[in-house]
Amino acid sequence: MSLAEHLYTTVTDVRSQLFFLEKVHQARMGEIVEVVFPDGRKLEGEVLKIERDTVLVQIFGDCSGMDTGKTTVVFSDSLKQAPLSLRMLNRVYNGSFKPMDNKPLFVPDRWQPATGFPMNPTRRARPQEFIETGFSSIDGLNTLVKGQKLPIFSCAGLPAKEIIGRILADSRMSGSDAGFAVIFVALGLTHHEYSFYMRTLEKMSSNFVAFINLAEDSVVERLLAPRFGLTAAEYLAFDRGMDVLVIVADITNYCDALRELSMAREELPGRRGYPGYMYSDLASIFERAGRITGMPGSVTMLPVITMPEDDITHPIPDLTGYITEGQIVLSREMHQQGIFPPVDVLPSLSRLMQKGIGKGMTMEGHRELANRLYATYARGIDLRGLEAIVGREGLSESDRVILDFAGAFENEFVHQEQRRTIAETLECGAELLRRLDPARDADSA
Amino acid sequence: MQGKVIGISGPTVTVDLPDLTLYERVSVGNDKLQGEVVRLRPASAVVQVYEETKGLRVGEPAVRENSPLTVRFTPGLLGGIFDGLQRPLQRLGEEFGPFIRPGDMLPFVPCEQQYPFVAEKKAGDRVGQGEYIGYVEEGAFRHYIAASAEGVIREIRDGNICPEDRVAILEDGTEALLWHQWPIRTARPFTRKKFPRSLLVTGQRCIDFLFPLAFGGTAVMPGGFGTGKTILEQAVAKYADVDIVVYVGCGERGNEMAEMLEEFRSLADPWTGRSLLDRTILVANTSNMPVAAREASIYTAVSMAEYYRDMGYHVLLLADSISRWAEALREISSALEEMPGEEGYPTYLASRLSGFMSRAGVVETLNGKTGSLSMVLSVSPPGGDFTEPTTQACLRNTGAFLMLDTDLAHRRHFPAINWAQSFSLYDRDVAEYCAREISPKWPEVKKRCQALLKQEEQLREVAEIVGDEGLQDADRLLMHVAEQIRSRFLCQNSFTDDAFSGPQSTFELIEKLVAMYDRCLERIRQGESLGEILLEEHP
Ligand SMILES: Nc1ncnc2c1ncn2[C@@H]1O[C@H](COP(=O)(O)OP(=O)(O)OP(=O)(O)O)[C@@H](O)[C@H]1O
Ligand SMILES: [Mg+2]
Repeated sequence: MSLAEHLYTTVTDVRSQLFFLEKVHQARMGEIVEVVFPDGRKLEGEVLKIERDTVLVQIFGDCSGMDTGKTTVVFSDSLKQAPLSLRMLNRVYNGSFKPMDNKPLFVPDRWQPATGFPMNPTRRARPQEFIETGFSSIDGLNTLVKGQKLPIFSCAGLPAKEIIGRILADSRMSGSDAGFAVIFVALGLTHHEYSFYMRTLEKMSSNFVAFINLAEDSVVERLLAPRFGLTAAEYLAFDRGMDVLVIVADITNYCDALRELSMAREELPGRRGYPGYMYSDLASIFERAGRITGMPGSVTMLPVITMPEDDITHPIPDLTGYITEGQIVLSREMHQQGIFPPVDVLPSLSRLMQKGIGKGMTMEGHRELANRLYATYARGIDLRGLEAIVGREGLSESDRVILDFAGAFENEFVHQEQRRTIAETLECGAELLRRLDPARDADSA
Repeated sequence: MQGKVIGISGPTVTVDLPDLTLYERVSVGNDKLQGEVVRLRPASAVVQVYEETKGLRVGEPAVRENSPLTVRFTPGLLGGIFDGLQRPLQRLGEEFGPFIRPGDMLPFVPCEQQYPFVAEKKAGDRVGQGEYIGYVEEGAFRHYIAASAEGVIREIRDGNICPEDRVAILEDGTEALLWHQWPIRTARPFTRKKFPRSLLVTGQRCIDFLFPLAFGGTAVMPGGFGTGKTILEQAVAKYADVDIVVYVGCGERGNEMAEMLEEFRSLADPWTGRSLLDRTILVANTSNMPVAAREASIYTAVSMAEYYRDMGYHVLLLADSISRWAEALREISSALEEMPGEEGYPTYLASRLSGFMSRAGVVETLNGKTGSLSMVLSVSPPGGDFTEPTTQACLRNTGAFLMLDTDLAHRRHFPAINWAQSFSLYDRDVAEYCAREISPKWPEVKKRCQALLKQEEQLREVAEIVGDEGLQDADRLLMHVAEQIRSRFLCQNSFTDDAFSGPQSTFELIEKLVAMYDRCLERIRQGESLGEILLEEHP
């Protein structure tokens, strides 16, 4: 087949990020095309749908300036691939894996499709090695382990990025020989947010790779950037044995991009306009976290989600919660009280905690302590509701002690000025519980 | 017959093969991706393809397979883990590495494996189609082998054979092998269905006592994320008093399946002491695996379950989560550009679901045995909203409804079954059964328990206005006992020794709590104060 056959000028219907092309010979699903605009500009696109010789193409950018006569489309015969090599480290790329430092791309050792392949469940190893983040509300009550996907459910204006920043600066992963790397994927961030993260990354001593898609960048690339990030993560983890922490901020922007493109394709909208396949689409990202039996390395994910209207039942946090292994929920109310990190421990959960704590992993008695802290705090929060109705005087003496415990728990355990080791965290919790003991005696008297 | 791929849209591929039939199997592309015909047009057909279609090219070959999508029945299924198309994941993982690529294929059961066949018929015997001619030992089970047609046996052999070998041959030349295929979307036949009446012990106090399951019955448990659906499904899979368990991870997490595999390998069946895995078949089509295969996975699983039911076993099918199946159906339907119904689901969602759920039941099999297939399905309603189509469709078909409550889960009350809104239609029959088999007082104690929980709810509303201190001693006693019932009886932590509770100890515990209430109430009537009484009751 000669090259000429792969070159078309038969663009018909053009929309903002999509166009149809006719008389195409043997296109491939997902094939990458190069679009040459009448003014000579070049952009990449991807085949989304094929009906005989008519092809629907989604463009990585937007179609402004495109026409239906002179625009040329060149078919590449290949799918979107990520270049892989250790030389990718400590550089910044855009959502299409193009370097943003004006230097040429490294020479890749190999290429791999950006969408990755599903991990065979029988080859997964259970995530169970403790990661010390330095935050008591996480380490003590919602423990993170290597290979886990644990999102942060934030609300607009809450300090999610400061929390991530502190985790990046303070986290201790128990060592692996090949080392530790952070993959940072910025999706639809403002310059302000982006520079905050970059400053943190550059201050760190560990390796990083950043994929940046800012608020003004292409929404199509916004769907691609996390996939490149994860392909890079899988390579570093499973080819190179590194422990990789993947930070994706913000999944809400990702989902909005997904909705925008779905609307453009005139697909049937689901809840709040998000497409019906959003669960599967998000799963194809989040499920790439994990560990593999018989191999070193791990991919741990900490995605950030901003809950629209502070609503945890909104499709974005809801579908995320159905896929991830727990969630860290931030509370506006606690933030207003000056608590940092403003973690609402009641709806927060780490589902992999059970196997990652206790003797030999964190400390003996961790689980029992966590359960008591949780239960007592939950009781205290109930009493707060009751107090609002009957007043403090309407409560029994022992109830008042528990009520006070809830306050102390928020201000002394959840709130923290400095990083705490797991030992310090557990001691802090134990100390709070010791204050209850006189009340226990009073209870039974 | 060979044709070409002429169109591709998501998981659906259009091919130009003529004269296909609906649900017939077609393989497409150079990688021979497997698919099933879901729509026929005059000179073309739309195929639902079970693997990632990325990379597939228009013009690649499409080949008719001349059979519908089938599951293959053979000894060796027990203890195995398969994907939605029955590919052996364990061996795929050993052979092709940690990631699954489109087109990776292996025979479903290795031929090296030999099974000792025991003939129960001899040459010259007349057999009917589907009649058993002998069996092999599959772990603790007799795995019966059926005649594939009616006729007179010309030759039958005993001894070690591999699944591909012939065990018998009829006068007309028909062979009987150790394995055979079955179209997954067709329910297997039986002689008669019976009404589910006897208690299927799950080992979960709240279910067994308040919302019992019956052999051959169905239960659904809807709940928002993190309300404990998976843990509960897994607990039931571990402890249920059945012969065989088929567990489908339908569009859920890979880690959960890995963990189950590991755990089941090391845990013992509480009823027989053997390894749990020996009685279990796992089907895993996780959320990141192709969505069309996810749609097929529950049919693959239910067919395997029916197969063992037909041998006279009690089989339990658990699926986590049926919502992911419904979403797969929706995705395929929308790729076909069908008219959407509520929330974009195809209008046939409810009828497909009831078709699936009606494959449960207690049956008299064609071989005159009694077997049962029970189902426990989890549902993941978006936003925890139970009015959505999948939950509602399940509700119309199910025998038991275990509603998982986000509020209880946040309080770490697990299993988070809402006792005010759940129900079981097997209730009456099972209570009679339990009165006979466990304790004559079962129905009465159950009524008392339900009444206490109900009264507590009313009292709590009062207490919220007047405060605890404002209540009478008798009322405070009731609150106290109901709290004990909730925390000691209804709660059951799956990570402790309490994870399993036999029906006898379930009954003893609740009987004790109710008796305590009666005793203390009597003392209050005699004029004693609640404080003193409780001090004696809980030293
Ligand atoms: N019976 C139980 N005993 C103790 N803990 C439990 C129990 N059930 C649930 N949990 C806790 O709740 C967490 C979530 O449970 P599970 O994973 O079963 O939720 P789910 O309903 O399946 O959520 P999703 O819909 O997101 O899959 C568990 O990780 C565990 O911490
Ligand atoms: Mg689950």
